[in-house]
Amino acid sequence: MIRFPIVGGMEILFFILAGVALVSGVLVVFQRHPLRSALWLIVNFFAVAGLYLLAHAEFIAAIQIIVYAGAIMVLFLFVIMLLNLRLPEAVGKFPHIGQKILGIALAGFTALILIYGFSLAKLPPAKEAAPGLGNTEAIAKSLFTDYLLPFEVTSVLLLVAIVGAVVLAKTRLK
Amino acid sequence: MVVPVSYYLALSVALFALGVIGVLVRRNILVILMCIEMMLNAVNLAFIGFADHFKAVDGQVFVFFVMTVAAAEVAVGLALIVAIFRTRATVYVDDLNILKW
Repeated sequence: MIRFPIVGGMEILFFILAGVALVSGVLVVFQRHPLRSALWLIVNFFAVAGLYLLAHAEFIAAIQIIVYAGAIMVLFLFVIMLLNLRLPEAVGKFPHIGQKILGIALAGFTALILIYGFSLAKLPPAKEAAPGLGNTEAIAKSLFTDYLLPFEVTSVLLLVAIVGAVVLAKTRLK
Repeated sequence: MVVPVSYYLALSVALFALGVIGVLVRRNILVILMCIEMMLNAVNLAFIGFADHFKAVDGQVFVFFVMTVAAAEVAVGLALIVAIFRTRATVYVDDLNILKW
């Protein structure tokens, strides 16, 4: 009798979501039209949100869908449609084949360095889940005690971003 | 039954490399910005994987901050792209070569 390696439901779900994330990521990079890239990027963000759920990060998964798949991607689609880029990339705007090969090789090299770095890490075994605090509650507690100053600085950053975006959009650049 | 952290790291590296490919290969500035978002997302995934491994909430707090910075970056970046498009009427980085040496 053949015994299959035991694969839990969580791992099957992980592989499905990882596959969706990778395929949609490839499509983001290699779609000709930016609108299609943006739509595939939304699929990618949803798959990653599912992975966050698997990792017991429910609050971050919700924020991922609201902020990334909602706000940021709507902004992207809005700008793509505003610029009205009907044509896919015009003739002569493609990178040379040499640039493509070099870019992919450099990305592969980056991945190799990262894998090497991660393989050097000696991680302790995974800890047991601490009972008690719910996920959002735990984040809130950490955010408003240990990380209070960064949290407040974040609001200043968002204000700067708002002002910067308005100024850039209103003034005529020469 | 938990998913081991190495799986998350492997997927994170793959997504990050995809983002690097996009930034280096594509010529449309909008797609380049999207690929930068994908790279930020890959780093977030690594953070979440470690947060789950160590059962520490700090990783999730960092992801929260990264998302805020990403949102600010996209708002300013897209405003810049619109401003460039108004003056130069292009979204291809090959045409934006004033600062090129």
